[in-house]
Amino acid sequence: MQPTTHALPHPGVLESHHEELSFWRKYIFATDHKVIGIQYGITGLSFLFFGFCLVALMRWQLAYPGASIPVIGGSLNAILGDAMMNKSPQGGYFMAAELYNAFGAMHGTIMVFLAIVPLAFAAFGNLIVPLQIGAADMAFPRINMASYQAYFMGGVIMLVSFFIPGGAAQAGWTSYSPLASIIATDGQTFWLIGMVFLITSSLLGAVNFIATIIQLRAPGMTWMRLPFFCWAQFVTAFLLLLAFPPLEAAAVMQLMDKVAHTSFFLPTGLVIAGKAAEISGGGSPLLWQHLFWFLGHPEVYVLILPAMGIVCEIIANNTRKPIWGYKSLVYSVLVIGFLSFIVWAHHMYLTGMGTKISTFFQTTTMIISVPSVIILTCLFLSLWGGSIRFNTPMLFALAFLPMFGIGGLTGLPLGFNFSDIHLHDTYYIIAHFHYIVAPGTIFGLFAGIYYWFPKVTGRTMSEHLGKIHFWGSLIFMNLVFLPMFAQGMAGLGRRMYDGGATYANSAETIGIPLDMIHRNVSISHAAWALGLAQIPFIFNFFWSLKHGKKVTSDNHWGSTTLEWQTPTPPPHGNFLKPPVVYRGPYEYSVPGHAQDFTPQNQP
Amino acid sequence: MNTACPATPRILLRKTNLDKPLWEKLFMDIPYIVKPREDTGLYNAKVGIWLFLASEVMLFGALFSSYILLRVGAAAGTWPHGLLNVALGTINTLVLICSSVTVVMSWASLKLGNFGRYRIYQSITLLCALTFLGIKSVEYHDKFNHYEVIQTDGRIVDGHLVERTKDFDLAKKTGAVTLLGHFVEKTEAGAHEATAKHAEHSNITIPVAQIKKMENYGPWHSTYLAIYFTLTGLHALHVFAGAAVIFVIWGPLAGLWKTDPARYTNRIEISGLFWHFVDLVWIFLFPVLYLL
Amino acid sequence: MSDSHDIHHVHQAVRRYLIVFGALLVGTLLTVWASYVHFIHFHIGGAEINTNVVVALFIASVKAFLVAGYFMHLISERKMIYGILTATGFFFVGLMFLTIWAMHDYPMLTIK
Repeated sequence: MQPTTHALPHPGVLESHHEELSFWRKYIFATDHKVIGIQYGITGLSFLFFGFCLVALMRWQLAYPGASIPVIGGSLNAILGDAMMNKSPQGGYFMAAELYNAFGAMHGTIMVFLAIVPLAFAAFGNLIVPLQIGAADMAFPRINMASYQAYFMGGVIMLVSFFIPGGAAQAGWTSYSPLASIIATDGQTFWLIGMVFLITSSLLGAVNFIATIIQLRAPGMTWMRLPFFCWAQFVTAFLLLLAFPPLEAAAVMQLMDKVAHTSFFLPTGLVIAGKAAEISGGGSPLLWQHLFWFLGHPEVYVLILPAMGIVCEIIANNTRKPIWGYKSLVYSVLVIGFLSFIVWAHHMYLTGMGTKISTFFQTTTMIISVPSVIILTCLFLSLWGGSIRFNTPMLFALAFLPMFGIGGLTGLPLGFNFSDIHLHDTYYIIAHFHYIVAPGTIFGLFAGIYYWFPKVTGRTMSEHLGKIHFWGSLIFMNLVFLPMFAQGMAGLGRRMYDGGATYANSAETIGIPLDMIHRNVSISHAAWALGLAQIPFIFNFFWSLKHGKKVTSDNHWGSTTLEWQTPTPPPHGNFLKPPVVYRGPYEYSVPGHAQDFTPQNQP
Repeated sequence: MNTACPATPRILLRKTNLDKPLWEKLFMDIPYIVKPREDTGLYNAKVGIWLFLASEVMLFGALFSSYILLRVGAAAGTWPHGLLNVALGTINTLVLICSSVTVVMSWASLKLGNFGRYRIYQSITLLCALTFLGIKSVEYHDKFNHYEVIQTDGRIVDGHLVERTKDFDLAKKTGAVTLLGHFVEKTEAGAHEATAKHAEHSNITIPVAQIKKMENYGPWHSTYLAIYFTLTGLHALHVFAGAAVIFVIWGPLAGLWKTDPARYTNRIEISGLFWHFVDLVWIFLFPVLYLL
Repeated sequence: MSDSHDIHHVHQAVRRYLIVFGALLVGTLLTVWASYVHFIHFHIGGAEINTNVVVALFIASVKAFLVAGYFMHLISERKMIYGILTATGFFFVGLMFLTIWAMHDYPMLTIK
C-alpha cells in the first residue's frame, strides 16, 4: 500500500475530549486500551498469585498426607469451615479430600481462564497491539471495557464459590460429566456461571482484537510489516472467537443438567452411589468431552502463542538483528491456528475411540508439531551471530526456548495413542503441560513485563533483582517439573489426594516404586522455593513503580517497532502525530545506517 | 548494563510545548467508524458484527451438533415426534420472516433519506418480535401444563392440567388431580408416539394415592425436550436482545440521525445483520424441532 | 449518499427484497407440506437415508441462502468477510463432522 499522510482529526473532535476525566472514568470505567490493559494485568497477576497459593497448599498434602498444615491450618479452618478441613489427631488441621479436589479444579481453572489468558492475550494484547500497529485505540473501546468487566465478574463468581456451602467446583478443570453433574454441591453451578462470563469476555475481546488489527493498522502497515507479536495475537483472537462458543454451548447444557435436571450428558441407566439416578437419561458423557476439548486444545495455543510473540520481539531487539525467517514464523502461526481446531480428540484416546478416528487425530497432532518446531527453530537461528544483550527480559526470553522445547517434545508421546495409554492422567502429563505453560508461557510473560515496563511507567525495573528472580525461577521450575516426568512414567496418577501413597508397592495394583512417591517431598519443597523466588519480582515491580530509574529515552531498548515511537507513557490517543510505516518490523543493524535500529516509521 | 542505545535522540516527547498534561489530550481519533477503510472496504462495526456472528455460528453449530448426536444416539422409538404445535411454529416462522423484511426495508428507507418510513418499518419489526416472543411463551406454557402421570397400576395418563384439588400434595399423598387427556396405550414409560393425538380426550381425575410418578413436559422430561428448551430458549434470548437494540436505536438514540445520518444508517445495518442471523437460526430450528 | 445512482440501486434492492420475501413464504409453506408427505427412504451402502430429513434441510438451506445472500448482502460482500466466514464454516464442519465420526467409531458402543 502506498503510504499516505493523515490529516489531524477535525478540531471539533479534539475539543470534545478535553474535559477532565474523573477517577472513576479514568481508572475504573476506563475505555482507554492502555488502562484496560493495566487493569487486566493487575487482576491477572493477582489471580496468578492466588492460583499458585492453592497449589502450594496442595503440595503440602501431597508431600505429607494427613499432616496438619503448619501456621495457617487453623485460619483455613476458620475461613473455609469444618467440612473442608479435617482435624488431625496430633492437633491442627489438614485438608479434606473435598477441599483438595476443589483446589485442584480451581487451580486449573484460575490459572488457565483467569490468569494466563487475561495476562497473555488481554493484558499484553491491549497494551501493546494498538501501539504496535499505530492505532489510536482499540476499534471498540466500550466493548473493550465491557469485556474487562465480564472477566472481573467471572473472577468474582469463581472466588465466591470457595465460600458457599460445599465449596468450589470439585470435578477438575475439565469438568467431565457425569461426575461434574452429580456432585451434590453448588460449586459446579457457580463454576459454569463464572465460565459463561469468562467466555463472553474472551469473545468480546477477540472480536475487538481482530477488528482492530484488520481495520486500524497505520498507513503503510501492511500485513507483512506487522510485528510477529501482533500476528500471534491475531491468530490467538481467532482461536478464542471460534473455539470458545462450543464450550459456551456445553456450559449452558451442563448448567441445564445442574439446574433444570436435564440429561444432556447423563446416560440412561446411570447409577449413583448404588441407586439408579432419577433422570430422563439418553444423554452422552462423551459429547461433553468433545465440546470441551474442541475449546481445550485451541486453548493450549491461546496460552502459548502470545508468549511466542513476546519472546520474538525481545529476541529481535536484544540480538540487534532481524528475526530469522519472519515469513516462516507468520505462516507457521497461521498453520498452527488452523490445525489446532482438528486435533482435539487426542485428549480422548482413552475413551475407547476406534482405530480410524484415533489415527486421524494422531496424524493431525503430529502434523501440528511441525509449525511449532519451525517457530522454535527460527527463534533459535535468530540468535546465531548476534551480539546478544543479556538483560532480564532477554534472559527470560532465552529460557523460554529450551523450556518450551522440553514441553513440546514431551508432548509427542502423548499424541500417539499407544504411548498415551500408559501416560494418560499421570504426573507425566502434568509435567508436560506445565513445561509449556509455566516455564514456557509464564517466562514469556515475565520477559514481557520487564521489557515493556519502561514504556508503560516511564521507569525501569531493577536488573539485579530481575536476575535473582530469573535464576531462582529457572532452577526451581525445573526442580518442580522435571521429576514429575519420572513419577508419571512410573505410573503415578495425577489426581490422588495422598500423592499415591495408597498404591505404593501394592501387590494388587501396578505398584508405584516408593522412591517415586518420596519425590513428592522434594518437589513440594522446590515449589515453595519457587514461590519465594517470586518475592524479588513482586518487590521489584512495586518498588520500581515509584523509585525505579527514570527512562532517559522514549525508546528505552532501542527498538524498531511503533510502540516505542510514542511519548512515555503514551497519552490518550497514543501518537502525537499519526504514524506512517515505511519498513518491516525488525530492521536492526541495517548496513549504512547511523543507528543499529531503524524504526518502522522512519522514512 | 545501560541498554538504551546512545544513538537514540534524548528528547522526551513529553517535553513538547503543551499546556495540558498529555493524558488529557487526544491526538488521534479512531478512524473508519463511518467511512470504509480503503483496502478492506469495510467500516469497523461491520467487521465487528461479522466476527460476532461467526462466533454465534459456532455457538448454535455446537448445539445443532449436540442435537444430531443426541437424536442419533437415542434408543429406537424414544425420540418423540409431533409433540409441538406445527401451526404455531409456522406462524412464528412467518412472523420472523416478515420482521426480517421490515428490517431491510427500514434500512433502505434510511438510505433514501426517509426517516418517517424507517420508523414505521422498524415499529412493525418490534411488533413482530413481541408477537414471536408471545407465541413462544404460549408454547412454553402449554408444555409446562402438559403432564404425564404414571399410575401405581402401571397405566399412563397423558394430558393437560385442568385442576388440582386444594389438598393436592404428592409428598403427603392427599388430594387428586384432573387432566384433560387420555390413557396411553403402551404402558412402558416414554414410548408413546404422535398417534396419541388422535385418541379421544376427556377429563381424567386421578387420586394422588394412585400416582407413582407425575411429571410435566419441561426440559427434564426427555432429551428431546431438553434440547428443545435450550435451543429455543437461547434463540428467544437472541430475539429479545436484537429487539432491545433495535428499539434503543429507534427511540432513545434517534437523535443521531440529525447529527450523523451515515453513522445512524450503519447502526441499522449492523443491528439488521444480527436480526437476520436470528431469523436464519430459526429457519433451521423450525423444521428440526417441529417437523422432523 | 443520496445521489441518483445510489437511489437507483436502493430501489432495485427493494424490488429484490420483496421477491426474496415471497420466496421465503413459499419455502416455509413448502417445508410444512413436505413434512406431511412420506418420501421413499433410500439405502446407500448399509445406511438408510431419511428422505424427509434431506428434503427439509435442503429447503431450510435454500431459505438460509436467501436470507444470508440478499438480506445480509452476502452475495456482494467484501473479501475479508468471505475469508472470516470461510474459516468459520470450515471449523463448524470440522466440529460437527469429526464429532459425529468419532461417536460412530466407538467399537464398544456399536456392538449389539
